[in-house]
Amino acid sequence: MINLTIDNKKIEAEAGQVILEVARENGIVIPTLCSNEALEPSGACRMCVVEVKHGKRTRVVTSCLYPVAEGLIVDTKSARVMEVRRLVLQLLLARCPESVQLKEMAEEMGINPEQRFTPDTDNSKCILCRMCVRTCEKVVGVSAIGFSYRGSEKSVGTPFKKDSVTCIGCGACAYVCPSGHIEMETTESGDARKIWGRTFKMKACKVCGRYFAPEDQLTYISEKTGVPAEDLAVCISCR
Amino acid sequence: MTTKIKSFDDLKSIQERLKAGRDPKNPCITICVGTGCLAYGTQKLVDNFREELAKRNLADKIGFRTTGCHGFCERGPMVIIAPEKVFYQRVGLSDAGEIIDKTLLKGEIVDRLLYVDPATGEKVVHEDDVPFYKKQTRLVFGLNSKVDPESMEDYLAIGGYSALGKALTGMKPEAIIQEVIKANLRGRGGGGFPAGWKWDSTRKANGDPKYIICNADEGDPGAYMDRSLLEGNPHLVLEGMIIGAFAIGSSEGYIYARNEYPLAIKNITLAIKQAREAGLLGENILGTGFSFDVKINRGGGAFVCGESSALFASLEGRAGEPRAKYIHATDKGLYDKPTNLNNVETWANVPFIIERGADWYTSIGTEGSKGTKIFSLVGKINNTGLVEVPMGTTLREIVFDIGGGIPGGKKFKAIQTGGPSGGCIPEKYLDMGVDFDELTKIGSMMGSGGMIVMDEDNCMVDVAKYFTNFLVNESCGKCVPCREGVRRMRDILLDITEGKGREGDGELLEKMASAIIDGSLCALGNSAPNPVLSTIRYFRDEYRAHIEEKRCPSGVCKALITYSVDAEKCTGCMVCSKVCPTGAASGEDKKVHTIDPEKCTKCGACRESCKFDSIIVR
Repeated sequence: MINLTIDNKKIEAEAGQVILEVARENGIVIPTLCSNEALEPSGACRMCVVEVKHGKRTRVVTSCLYPVAEGLIVDTKSARVMEVRRLVLQLLLARCPESVQLKEMAEEMGINPEQRFTPDTDNSKCILCRMCVRTCEKVVGVSAIGFSYRGSEKSVGTPFKKDSVTCIGCGACAYVCPSGHIEMETTESGDARKIWGRTFKMKACKVCGRYFAPEDQLTYISEKTGVPAEDLAVCISCR
Repeated sequence: MTTKIKSFDDLKSIQERLKAGRDPKNPCITICVGTGCLAYGTQKLVDNFREELAKRNLADKIGFRTTGCHGFCERGPMVIIAPEKVFYQRVGLSDAGEIIDKTLLKGEIVDRLLYVDPATGEKVVHEDDVPFYKKQTRLVFGLNSKVDPESMEDYLAIGGYSALGKALTGMKPEAIIQEVIKANLRGRGGGGFPAGWKWDSTRKANGDPKYIICNADEGDPGAYMDRSLLEGNPHLVLEGMIIGAFAIGSSEGYIYARNEYPLAIKNITLAIKQAREAGLLGENILGTGFSFDVKINRGGGAFVCGESSALFASLEGRAGEPRAKYIHATDKGLYDKPTNLNNVETWANVPFIIERGADWYTSIGTEGSKGTKIFSLVGKINNTGLVEVPMGTTLREIVFDIGGGIPGGKKFKAIQTGGPSGGCIPEKYLDMGVDFDELTKIGSMMGSGGMIVMDEDNCMVDVAKYFTNFLVNESCGKCVPCREGVRRMRDILLDITEGKGREGDGELLEKMASAIIDGSLCALGNSAPNPVLSTIRYFRDEYRAHIEEKRCPSGVCKALITYSVDAEKCTGCMVCSKVCPTGAASGEDKKVHTIDPEKCTKCGACRESCKFDSIIVR
């Protein structure tokens, strides 16, 4: 076991754990914007920064990535930490002024938009948390979407903004998107869904007749797992 | 060179044989064909020399060598005539015949090609007497003028690969590492981390294979030290890498070089091929049983790929984005294997340390920074070029004694060190000795060794805006503080230079800067606010003039200046009216001219063309 202190609280953790994980287990709240239990941490949003003291050295680190260590002293709400979080939120609010999620978070934390930053007007709701891209690559395993350009021009999309041949229409990206940027439309009858510019035909459940998954996704799962397509033709409720 | 060198003794005898065939007392023409000199058209001069030598049947009698960069780029094309080391500069592309006939055949000097020392007005005949070279310690870089980068024989003839032979046959890996630790060789790429300790950690780390990498992704604007080393003396870098690989226990190495460096890539590619053929790379090097090989990877043009973890990502075929380095690369680097990365200049220092020992090496430099450092001296400086000086040399010596001071008698204002994310150092620190620690203390950094000199005509807010904008374009976009924060800083700077600065902007910039430094993922973001912070720190008055008085004291920021004519000085020569592209400057012959502010685009053509200094910019 590793002994450390978080916000003056003595805590035991297991080797290999990161600060964020341990803090959450102990009821200490650290805000995050790009963290998801199903995904490896990425360290992109910088909301989860904390100040750590190890030996003589004090520094601000991302708690989602920083491994616990014996004798580590962690302050999750130091002045330096709060300044980083304030700036990050203000910057994202200026980037995505319409984002409800950001507005709520700012209100909760008592942070006002920085008036000096002119809000962006391109109506993008994407905060570049990368959860969609990571999910598509690491969880679904198809890498249909990725990043193009760099810096503030960086954007999420299919390669060359063309219809992706590898996309299976699973909608996992839209599901994890915290800001509602990724849109997925489904027809009224539910027989088709549209995402990333492509329309996917949905499969109707053999038992109840409800449209429950894109055909491309079922084919993909069948190929991946070796389960015959026939066995996947029944929706979860009827299985 | 196609014969394999089978042992250290074999190497020694080959070196002796090659050395014997290269008597320094024999006449030899040396021409710099580094990228800078090639840009002057030097290849034509080289062809011209070959032709003229052949015409006179002298091709066998007079040595002729093309080399990499000598550093005095301001004065190219450059020709040095051995054995006296007569130094010709700004040589005409068709001057070859004259130089051969006069200097080589008759021992006469071609007067008009000599360098004139601006301080004394006297002509300098010999290379070693040129002030630019005289005050340098050209330990690493000096070898450039002694070898043809395409000739491995040249490198062997000056004792090349002796350090490798010594290391492989007479030293244990741990002893090599101890020597590098004792020499306190600090990383020349920017961080200044002790190379020996890095080697030690990589050697001790668990994992196989272990990689070593040469970082040649030099991306700072105006900096070209690493390019010139790779171009001019690729075997030196390679020798350092092979020694490092042996010490660390690595069998695979990479050189990550910018694709914008075609000549460097060409020369290092050739050097690797030659070294392989000679048995200095590949299996069973020098018959010692040690095996190591190097591959070259060309970068796709992202500044951030000079950052180690982004470089690894790029090498692995992914987008060049950094990751947190809480677990060091020495444990988990390239492909999550123990990896030791050093930059070109660091590797190039290794053979010297092994060959001459740490005690000798530590006799050069300061307490905390040993050895020499190559700087690229550019901007408002008379002697643009690459200079190598012992650590601890003062900025004043570099700028004025070696660099020859500021052109046009202008006043020195600041020097930017450490690349785009370094800091601007004001005049009051000119007598400070340059080393890793001193530069950090005053808010700048060593970086890879770029030095950009600025004079009284530079507006420091504009300078901060330029570098910040560079970093906005080069941010990878992964983390929020760097991606969004640096661009917001740039927007505020843009406002300030356009007269739209608001009260409190300076304070807001400082506040943002500290959060960006604390909050960014990698060193690019961590240091991106430096240009703004250092210019605010040392040139606050200029910010104040822009924000509060809507005035640019240096007359640079177009939105804040107007052009007018000084009636006292104007002679009515009409030159300004002729160069003005918009017809804003006008007037009759011999009468005082005027500038119409409505039409004026503030291009500055009138001011540059006026011989009577009568254009007022306010």
